[in-house]
Amino acid sequence: MSQMPRQAALPKCPSCAEPVEPGDLFCGACGYDLSVVPAPPQDHPTLPMTGTAEPGNGTERPAPRSADPAPAPETDPPGPGAGGTPPHGQEPEDERSAGSGVRFDRPAEPDEYPLQAPDPRLAAPAAAARLCVACRTGRVDDDGYCENCGHAQPRERDHLERETGPVAAVSDRGLRHHRNEDAFAVGHTTLPDGTPAALAIVCDGVSSATRPDAASLAASRAAGDTLLAALPRGTHPQAAMHEAIVAAAHAVNALADEPATAREHAPHQNAPACTIVGAVVTSGLLVVGWVGDSRVYWVPTDRTAPSARLTEDDSWAAQMVAAGLMSEAEAYADERAHAITGWLGADAYELEPHTACFRPDRPGAVVVCTDGLWNYAETAEEMSEVVPPDAATRPLHGARVLVGHALDGGGHDNVTVAVLPFPAPPQGAGSA
Amino acid sequence: MRHSMANFAKPDGPRFSVDVYQNEYLPEGGSQVDAIVTVTATGGGTLGGALVPPGRPCAAVAVMVDCSGSMEYPPAKMRGAREATAAAIDTLRDGTRFAVIGGTHVAQEVYPGGGRLAVADATTREQAKQALRRLSAGGGTAIGTWLRLADRLLSAADVTLRHGILLTDGRNEHESPADLRATLDACAGRFTCDARGVGTDWDVKEVTGIASALLGTADIVADPAGLAADFTRMMETAMGKEVADVALRVWTPAGAALRFVKQVAPAVEDLTHRRTEAGPRAGDYPTGSWGDESRDYHLSVTVPPAGLGQEMLAARVSLVVPQPDGTVQNLGAQGLVRAVWTDDAAASTAMSPQVAHYTGQAELAQVIQQGIDLRKAGDFDGATAKLGRAVQLANASGNADTAKLLAKVVDVVDAATGTVRLKTRVTEADEMTLETRSTKTVRVKK
Repeated sequence: MSQMPRQAALPKCPSCAEPVEPGDLFCGACGYDLSVVPAPPQDHPTLPMTGTAEPGNGTERPAPRSADPAPAPETDPPGPGAGGTPPHGQEPEDERSAGSGVRFDRPAEPDEYPLQAPDPRLAAPAAAARLCVACRTGRVDDDGYCENCGHAQPRERDHLERETGPVAAVSDRGLRHHRNEDAFAVGHTTLPDGTPAALAIVCDGVSSATRPDAASLAASRAAGDTLLAALPRGTHPQAAMHEAIVAAAHAVNALADEPATAREHAPHQNAPACTIVGAVVTSGLLVVGWVGDSRVYWVPTDRTAPSARLTEDDSWAAQMVAAGLMSEAEAYADERAHAITGWLGADAYELEPHTACFRPDRPGAVVVCTDGLWNYAETAEEMSEVVPPDAATRPLHGARVLVGHALDGGGHDNVTVAVLPFPAPPQGAGSA
Repeated sequence: MRHSMANFAKPDGPRFSVDVYQNEYLPEGGSQVDAIVTVTATGGGTLGGALVPPGRPCAAVAVMVDCSGSMEYPPAKMRGAREATAAAIDTLRDGTRFAVIGGTHVAQEVYPGGGRLAVADATTREQAKQALRRLSAGGGTAIGTWLRLADRLLSAADVTLRHGILLTDGRNEHESPADLRATLDACAGRFTCDARGVGTDWDVKEVTGIASALLGTADIVADPAGLAADFTRMMETAMGKEVADVALRVWTPAGAALRFVKQVAPAVEDLTHRRTEAGPRAGDYPTGSWGDESRDYHLSVTVPPAGLGQEMLAARVSLVVPQPDGTVQNLGAQGLVRAVWTDDAAASTAMSPQVAHYTGQAELAQVIQQGIDLRKAGDFDGATAKLGRAVQLANASGNADTAKLLAKVVDVVDAATGTVRLKTRVTEADEMTLETRSTKTVRVKK
C-alpha cells in the first residue's frame, strides 16, 4: 500500500471539518467525540510527496547498495519518446495474471450489468452449496455475501498466483486490508536472435487515491504488453523497459478521465495512482525499471556472493540519505520516511522512469516486489536469508515462500512478489 | 458510496430502483452502519386521470367530510368543504370506485349509500355533487367511526388500491384517544389515507397521527378557500398511484440489530416499530402505495465488528408486495448496505453527505416539535433554544420552506448560529402550520 500525504493523523474534525489540535478529545466546534478515531496503523505506509527533485536518474544514479559490484550498471541507451503510444501487438499468453480487467469487486448481479460476460472462474461447480468461509453455516448468495452472517467471500484478487515459463508471481491481500490493490504481469518471449527473455512487472496502488486497484491493474497490464511486444522486435531491453513504464503511466492517466463507477467508489477523490517496478532477464542482461518504492533484489544462487538491491526508492527517506542530509537510520525513523516522491498517475508532476541494466557474472534469482514484502526483509542481506535456495529453478515456490514470510510477519499490507531466474533459461528448459 | 439496481415490477407497471448512499468504511471495532436508501418508482402512468392505460390497477377512494356543528362557524368552512369534495370528485378517473362519507359523532353515507361504492363516470359524478348540496352541519366528532365506515366500503370493492381522504375542523371529542388508536391499528395496511385540518380548531397530533398510521400525508388548510385546490392535488396524487402495499424488506446478518428504519424524504416517518417479521433475519416495513415518485429511507444497523480488512453485508434492502395467497411479489430492485473495516482513518471517519444531511433533517423535525411543546408549556427559554437550533438546521440544509415557517414563529437574529427570539404574537395558524409541516424534508443539495 502506498498513500498520499497526510499532514497529521487527524487534522480536521471528521464531523464538521473544524481543525483540531493534537490531544483534543472532542471537537471544539461541534462536540464530535474524537476518541472514536482509531490509532494510526502500526505499519509504515508509504506516503508520496510532491515537487522534490530526484536524487539521480539513469546513469547518474548511485550504484545499488551492494558491497560487491558484481552486477555492474551499463549505460542507459537513449530512451524512446515519452509521448509514444505503447504497442499492443502481443497479449500475455495467460490472462489469469491480471484478471478480466473489469471486475475489481464482487460479481455483479446478473440483472444489473447484462453486458458483462459471466466469469467462468466464478461459476464454481459447487456454487449451489457454497458455504460461507467465515461462519461455515450460511450459504453464499449471488452477491458474494453469506446469507447468515453477511461476510463477504474471498475475491479473485485476494490471492493470485501465476507461473509462465521460467517466471512466477504471487499476490496476496494481506491480513489488514480489505482488498488487494497490488497487481502484476509476468511473461516470457524470444528475442530476434532466438535467445529467451522473461519479464515481471509489479505495481502497488496508492491507496489514498481513487481506485488504486484499477491503477495497478492497468499499469501492470500495459507495461507487460509493451515489453512482450517490444522485446521480440529487437528493442534493447532497457529501452523496452522505459517504453513499458511510459505506457503504464498513460494507462493510469487514462483512468482519471473515466467516471468512477458506482461500485468502485472510494472516499477519496484523487486521480488513480500506483507504483511500478519491473525486471527483464535475458541470457546475458538483467534490466530493471521503476517509479515509486517497489523494489528489485538480486540474490545469487551461490549465497557466498553478496546480494543487492537494484532499485533506489522514490521516497523521502531515500532522498534524504542520497542528499547526505540524514543518516539512513535517522531518515527511516522519520514518519515521512515512506512518503513516495514518484508514482504513475494523473497527479504526478512529471514522469521520470528509472531504468538500469546489469550483467550479473553468476546465476541467481531476481525478486521483484512491493513494500508489502520488503517491509519484512528490507536489506539485501535480509532478503537473501528468506529467498529459498532453489528460487531460480522453482520461482512459484519461491514467490509463495516470500509472500508467506510477509504474512507471518503480520501481513500489514498487500504483498506481491515475482521471481525470475538469471540468466533466462532456454525455452523448454527449466520451466516448471 | 452509491450503487443501484433496478428492475421491472411487471411489464406495464412502474419500474423500481434502489440506490444506497453510505460510507461503508468502519474503524477497527466499529459496529454502526448508516445508509440512506433511495427508492424510486418510474415509468408509471401520467397523473390527472386523463389517460387510462389498459390494464391499469383499479382504485377505490372514500372522501370523509367533517359535518360537525362547528363546520358552520364560519359557514365558509362547510361551503369550502363541499366545493373541495366536488373538485376531488371531478378529479376521479373514470372507473374509479368512490364514496362520500359525512362525519359527525357517527358516520353517514352521503353518496352513493346502501353500503356500496359508485363507479366514477359523468352520471355518478353529477349525482355525487347533487348529494353534496344536502350536506349540513350538526353533531359531534368521532373520527374513528368515519374511518371504520370507509374501511367497510373500501374493503368490499375488488380493487388493488384503496385510499381515503379525510377532512376535519375540530378535535376528536366524541370518542376516546384509545378508540381512535384501535381504529387506526385496525385500518393500517387496509387502506391509505390523507388527512387535512381546516381552520385552526383541530388538533395537530390527531391529524398527523391519522396520516402517519395510514401512510398518507397531513396538512393544514387554514383558509377554507384553499380547500378545493388542495383536494384536487390530493386526488390527482391518489389517481397516480399504481402499486399498493409496498413494503421495504430489510435483511440483516446474524448478530446484527436494526437501530432504526426511517423514511426521511419527502417527510420524516419512523417505521422502526412497524416491522413485520419476514423469514430469517428479515423484516418488512410498510410504505403504502406508490406512483411516479422517489422516497429516501435512513437505515441504521449495528453489526458485530469484524477484523480489519473484512467486509460484511450489513443490510440488504428490497421491495415486496404481499399477495392474497400469503406469498409476496418481489419488485426486483435491491440495495446493498456494506461494512468494510479499515485502518485508514481518513476513510473510516468520513461521513456520508447523505447520512449527515438526513440526520440533520430528522433533528430539525424533532427540535421544532420540542420547541412548540415547550412554548405551549410556558418554557420560553427552552423553546427559544430548540427553535433556534431549528432555524440553524433549516438554514444550513437549505430547507427554505421550513425556514420560512419558522420565521413566522421566531425573530431570526442570526440564522447561522441559530440565534432567535420568540415572537410575542404568533397566530395559531402559523404555529399549527409549522407543527404540521415540521417533518417535511428537503433532499441533499446537489
